[in-house]
Amino acid sequence: MAKQAQRYGCMAFFETPESLVDAVRALRQAGYASIEAYTPFPVEALDEALGLAHTGVPLATFVGGAIGFVGMLVMQYIAAVLDYPERVGGRPFASWPAFIPAALEMTFLLAAAGGVLAMLVGNRLPKFYHAVFNVERFERVSQDQFALVVRLEEGNTARLRELLQGLHALQVDEVPA
Amino acid sequence: MSTPIRPDEPVLKGPQTYTSITEKVGAIAFQPNGLLWFVAFAGSLLLTLLFMAGIGELFTNGVGIWGINIPVAWGFALINYVWWIAIGMAGTFISGALYLTRQKWRSSLNRYAEAMTVFAVAVSGLFPIFHLGRPFFFYWVAFYPNRMALWPQWRSSLVWDFLAIVAYLLVSIMFWYVGMLPDLGSLRDQARTRGKQIFYGLLALGWRGEARHWKRFETLNLLLAGLAVPLVFSVHSMVALDFSEGAVPGWHSTMFPPFFVAGAFFSGFAMALVLGIPMRRWLGLGDIITPRHLDNLAKMMLAAGLFVAYNYAVEFFMAFYSGDPYEITEVKDRLVGPYAWVFWTVVFCNVLTPQWLWSPRIRRNTVALFVISLLVLIGMWFERFMLIINSLFRPYLPSSFGMFYPTVWDLIFLFGSVGLFLWLFTLFVRWLPIVATFEMRKLIHELKEPG
Repeated sequence: MAKQAQRYGCMAFFETPESLVDAVRALRQAGYASIEAYTPFPVEALDEALGLAHTGVPLATFVGGAIGFVGMLVMQYIAAVLDYPERVGGRPFASWPAFIPAALEMTFLLAAAGGVLAMLVGNRLPKFYHAVFNVERFERVSQDQFALVVRLEEGNTARLRELLQGLHALQVDEVPA
Repeated sequence: MSTPIRPDEPVLKGPQTYTSITEKVGAIAFQPNGLLWFVAFAGSLLLTLLFMAGIGELFTNGVGIWGINIPVAWGFALINYVWWIAIGMAGTFISGALYLTRQKWRSSLNRYAEAMTVFAVAVSGLFPIFHLGRPFFFYWVAFYPNRMALWPQWRSSLVWDFLAIVAYLLVSIMFWYVGMLPDLGSLRDQARTRGKQIFYGLLALGWRGEARHWKRFETLNLLLAGLAVPLVFSVHSMVALDFSEGAVPGWHSTMFPPFFVAGAFFSGFAMALVLGIPMRRWLGLGDIITPRHLDNLAKMMLAAGLFVAYNYAVEFFMAFYSGDPYEITEVKDRLVGPYAWVFWTVVFCNVLTPQWLWSPRIRRNTVALFVISLLVLIGMWFERFMLIINSLFRPYLPSSFGMFYPTVWDLIFLFGSVGLFLWLFTLFVRWLPIVATFEMRKLIHELKEPG
């Protein structure tokens, strides 16, 4: 075969989120496993239609927060008890109630940072080039249109095109790799 | 004459579609600079330059250029600091708490409210640094391995406050910027010149709006909102503890944290109105920021204002209830002392003026709302003046009594910081998506098919 892996997949545009969700469901039933759906706003029904798994963002947020809280308490203990003990107003070196505020603020900071990092890494961002940007009409997808991409790197697209037309796609494009 | 607002007033006016809302907000970023914008830009830039000159003078000659001295060693720098950080609070509250409670009217406001927060906190964070005798050593309050083998004093509220400001500023920036990614992607796709495509393309980080992107994005937004709400309360409580930890009459009170948080929301909602009313008029956002939004903001401001008024009353009660002569003297000085005019300004601006907001007619009148909000901002500035100066100018020893008179540099730092804030805001209005369009599209979708 001369034309090999020249294609990223097939992109189809839809007018409404509902028709997109229906199309995703129909395609999955027809046996297409690798589907991506692009929308100008979050459409909750897509999570279920695409069968998306958990994101890992909550876990990363929790881990970040835990590191912030425990790490800050440990550091304050090391600083105020082990490394540089100093009596202030006759209070104990390990005056933990006074250590809570700093630990609390670092919990918020690192929890947020962990979540943001997990979102960016999970979404593989920043990524300035992606094959879907090759389709001219794709710029509407950040504004007012809905699209799906079926990954199909080789082989004939005729059957897929026919299927997509039947699902009320406005337009079907091949996405070059 | 305006009619009272109906409860079913829409959160979005007119027949809006995904396209119309996208283009409307996009057009603001792409249209040529208007004369009005240029006037706002130039005016605020001028004040910013004045601010820079003030900073230069301060770094050259030290804090002696201000009117501070013993006994009043905390002057405008601390007043401005508390005032600005308080203004930021409402922005986070609008984005965070209204998101968690799923208020539909939040979507029009959250973006510019978050921008307001970021700029106000950034401006606010400058003042504690300026206030240091040696500002170039401000990082000594942070913890890092150093050759002096020193640690910060963890039991000091100043260290807590430093960490609170740093955490708040960084979390606010993350919340704001991450929330903006889909809209930056939208601007990238609307841009028609190469320069703007690259500018927004770089900022958008390659956002594509894939379902997996959205899922992580939505989860993150929910978590950040959940973190932001307690963060707001903790940060302003730390600010209050700067005062509460001091054994100074009028400061040494456990009431300060909730009192400060209420005051923060009060002035923050006022600033959200002061920025929102001109924006909706001059940027043609009347369909997006509807009278319903202004009405809701005004109600929130009134609620916060009532809580603040209650706190004023309790402060007086507690002073007499404690029986402490110094506490009693401090509140008597508020009423009839040399700074009594400050107290009565505060009562006029923060207690009496907001009572107009009980009237739906006033809440719907944008001019009246704007004036009331400005008065609240002024009143809240004077409230901090009252709390700081009135507690300090007559310490325990009568031989140490002394008055505080601001110098021209104090005024330059106050108005200069206002200039810097407005300057940053004019740049934001010009370059970034000022309304969360993806949320508006979601709102249109939800309104079309309820349930």
